[in-house]
Formats: sequence, C-alpha cells, structure tokens
Amino acid sequence: MAAVTTTSRQKLGWGATNLVVIALALIPVLWLASLSFKTPTAILDPSFVPAQWTWGNYTQILSTTQFIRPLINSIGIGLIATLIAVVLASMAAYAVARLRFPGKGVLIGMALLIAMFPAISLVTPMFSIERAIGLFNTWPGLIIPYVAFGLPLGIYTLSAFFREIPWELEKAAKVDGATPFQAFVKVIAPLAAPGMVTTAILVFLFCWNEFLFAISFTSTLASRTAPASLAYFSGSSQFTVPTGPIAAAAVVITIPIVIFVLFFQRRIVAGLTAGAVKG
Amino acid sequence: MTTTTEAAPGGATTEVAKGRKAPLSEGARAERRLGWLLCAPAVIVMIAVTAYPVGYAVYLSLERYNLELPNAVKFIGLANYGAVLSSSYWWEALWVTVLISVVSVTITLVLGMLLAMVMHRTLFGRGSVRTAALIPYGIVTVAAAYGWQYAWTPGQGYLSAMFNNSAPLTDQFKAIGVIVLAEIWKTTPFMALLLLAGLSLVPEDLQKAAMVDGASGWQRFVRITLPLMKPAILVAVLFRTLDSFRIFDNIFILTGGNNGTASVSILGYNNLFNALNLGIGSAISILIFICVAIIAFVFIKGFGTAAPGTDIGKR
Repeated sequence: MAAVTTTSRQKLGWGATNLVVIALALIPVLWLASLSFKTPTAILDPSFVPAQWTWGNYTQILSTTQFIRPLINSIGIGLIATLIAVVLASMAAYAVARLRFPGKGVLIGMALLIAMFPAISLVTPMFSIERAIGLFNTWPGLIIPYVAFGLPLGIYTLSAFFREIPWELEKAAKVDGATPFQAFVKVIAPLAAPGMVTTAILVFLFCWNEFLFAISFTSTLASRTAPASLAYFSGSSQFTVPTGPIAAAAVVITIPIVIFVLFFQRRIVAGLTAGAVKG
Repeated sequence: MTTTTEAAPGGATTEVAKGRKAPLSEGARAERRLGWLLCAPAVIVMIAVTAYPVGYAVYLSLERYNLELPNAVKFIGLANYGAVLSSSYWWEALWVTVLISVVSVTITLVLGMLLAMVMHRTLFGRGSVRTAALIPYGIVTVAAAYGWQYAWTPGQGYLSAMFNNSAPLTDQFKAIGVIVLAEIWKTTPFMALLLLAGLSLVPEDLQKAAMVDGASGWQRFVRITLPLMKPAILVAVLFRTLDSFRIFDNIFILTGGNNGTASVSILGYNNLFNALNLGIGSAISILIFICVAIIAFVFIKGFGTAAPGTDIGKR
C-alpha cells in the first residue's frame, strides 16, 4: 500500500509543520534573550536581533542584591517546599494506592478541590492571618501555601505511579516478616523513586513559577522570590523603564526551566499526564 | 482496650470476608490505622491552608474592615456583598474574565488538538517538537509576560513594529487580545500533552478498519477519535477553564488591569493592596470561590466530566 512508504513530499510537509511549531514556541523566548543583550540605545530599536550587543544587563542584575537575594529566596523556598510536599504526598499516595481505609474518598475530593481552588480567594484571609502570627514576609509564609498547593499535584501524580509498582514484592516482604511500615521504607520506596523525582520536578516548577502569593505575602528582599522581584526592578533613573535588566533577569529565571525540560522531558510528560488522564 | 473482642469464629471465614461487613481482623485494623496516619499530615496542611482561611474569609466578608481604619471594625452582615454586586467594577471584571476564559480555552483546545496530532503522527523530529513545546509550559509566566509587553511597546517591540507601531495595550479590546494571545502561547502545550495522552488511547485498529470502509480523515476524526477522547478532552477543558478563570500574572504585568482589563483576581488583589479593604476583598474572594464552584459543578454534572482521580478510590 502507498500509505506504508513515506514519500518525500510527506516528509517535507511534516518537517515544515514541525519547524512552525518549534518557531512559535521559541520566538518569544528568543525575543527576551535578544532584549537582554541589547544596549540601552539598542533597546529603542525594534529589530529582533540586537544592533549592539552587551553583557551589561547581566552584570548589572548579578551585582545587586536586588536580584541575587530573590534568586536565593526562590531556590531555597522552592527546594524546601518541594521536599516537604513530596514526602507528605508520598505517604498519602501510598495509602490511597495500597491501603483500605474509610475516608479515602474524602481525601481525594479534598485534593481535587484544592487543585481547582482560586488562589486569589486565599490571598486576603492568608494575608491577615500571616500578619497576625508573624509569618508575613518570611520563608515559611510562602513555603506553607506552596506545600498545600503542591500536595494535590503530588498525591495525584504519585498515586498514579504507585499503582504501577509490582506490589507482589511488598507481600513477599511481609511474608518474610516485615511490618507494613518496613515494607514501605525498604521495598517500595526505592521502586517509587522515579515517580517521586517526577513529582518533585512538577512541584518545583510550580513553586518557581508562582507569582500571586509571592507578591502578596512578601514585602522586602528578605523573602521576595525572583518572579516577584521583577515587578520591583528600578531603572538607572526614576524615569527609565529597566527593560534590559528585567529581560536579563527573565532569562536567568528561565534557564533552570530549559535545563529541566532538556534533561527530564520524558518524566515531565509522564507526570503531567499520569495525574490527569487515567482510566 | 480489648483488642480481641472480634471473637472471630474460625479465622478462615473472616479472611474470606475481609473488607465486607465482617468484624475487622487485626491486620485490617492495622491497615486502617496506617492509612489514616499516612494521610494525616497532608490533610492537616491542606485544611490549615485552605479550609481555615476560607472560613475566616467568610467571617471577614461580613465585617467593615479597612486596614487604614483599624478602630472602625464592625459587623455589617451582607453589606460588603451588596457593595461588590452593585459595583460596575465587579461586573466588568467578571465579564472580562469570562471573555478571556472562553476565548482562550476555545482556541487553546483547537490548537492543542492540532499540536497533539502533530506530536502523535509526525514522522520524525517528535522529540524536538516535544522539547520545544514544553518550554512555554515551563517558563515563568511573569518572564514571558514581560517579553510580550516589550514586544507590543511602540518604538521598541518587534510585534508593534510589524503592525505599524500600534500600541494595543492601551485599548481595552486590543489589550484583551494580547492577554489572550499570551495565555494561548503559554497553555497550548499543556493542553496538547493532556490530549496526546487521550489520543494514544484510541485504538489504531479502529482507525484502520474505518479507513478500509472508506471513511475520510475528517470522518474518522469526528466519528472515532473525538468520541473516544471525550473524557480526556473534558478533563483538560475543565482544568484549563478553572485555571484561566483565575488569570492574574499575565494581566498584572501586561496592563496592570488598566484600560478595563482587570480580571476578578486583579480586582481582589487591588482591593486588598491598594484600597486596603479586608472586608470588601474577602467578599470578592468568596464570590470568586462561588463562581469556580459553579463552573466545576456544571462541568461535572452537566457534561458528565469524570472528576479527575475518581477512579483511584475504586481500587
């Protein structure tokens, strides 16, 4: 049949389609990169490729605490929130995937509700609560809501992964005299590691991206994260818009994403689809 | 105290009836306890961060509470809701939010489906297409939004230059168009990946059989692919709709909510941080929460969307 052999015309067609997709995905990112290399005068020229190149924007942002400190905050808050969320979500997901207990439906319903929750609804009351108990403008003030919003993602993704694990091994361990807890830690946890890495990546990307809580619950460099800091950049004078430095900072916070995507794209795709579309 | 009161008459029968109405065996109880123990920390965090603040927001929304006038706090019943619902700002923000959601989700669904087909069917370069598509998904929304903002700024943006130095961000409908564009660029890959997972569940045999029977490509798509993908499509659309209903980042950076482009989330934020009004801000929070609940309810009851994850409980 003709359909089996691919004609060169078909190949050309697919190649063109693929190129269009890749171009559409990359052009806005390349535009940001181009802006970040433009000199202040070149920025006022709308051409896509910089007329004059400079590293100045990068040296400027990387030499002030205005950006370095938020970067450290972002990494620290993201890592801690991810760690806590993955540990708690693994425990719950194990129970959901493996154990019989009343209230499982309630847990799943609750996670679903939170996954759909409008974050803005929390901002006003959380702002008030955090100010009252001294969490406002601290790392824990952001870590706690990030853990809460990372948990539903984690529970869904992980319970989907956990259902794929060969559980006969757990039974074998129990026959050999292991308690359910030992079976979890010694046998299942190592098998579950790939799913946990995937979940950790997704939760970290969420924390890294988050903006609404980050501008609402922080007020100084002590806890402001990198995305929030972009909104507070100041130019060389009060009246210049710091386009170049903002573009450079945007590129810097995008680099980890690009690295993650290049290294872990299979895992990211598996994780994204495992939680949402199964069965 | 007395753990052996089950008085199981013959261990074998209780083993068989395990999980039914029979008294619980020691193992089943241990399993129960472990289940609760493992879930407890996650449940506590989720309740502490959502249920409690929402309850508190309900309480705050019934008070006159302006941070600038801390001594004038007073219980005023539903007056805040009355103030919000009779304000043209609320209705304009709601209309803008619904417009952005409907337009961006519709276009994202169509483009996402096309992208999913490309990723599913392409003969080569599948890996590079997927890698490229994941970048918009992963990129920090705020970073991308600055890119769009500068691209549409007259005198410095390539897109503005392409369209006769236009300044779309200063006009309500054009600005909404730019916001929708930024949303579509950012979320199409996510939609495509969810749909791709659904697409891979459509059996190849069925497609081949239809092809032998003389069905055209379009007929196969409408009669076979779409019906089989319905659950995946509905879940993806539900998630995208709820997500775009809370749109904040793109608008905040692109227009700051000026020129009639404020979404309900922007309105709630401004009420808290510019007007410093906790009472009104909380009333807006609760109204947004109710809107989201209605959307989810309509999808799950009206369209028969299986709530994602409901199959987990059946194990």
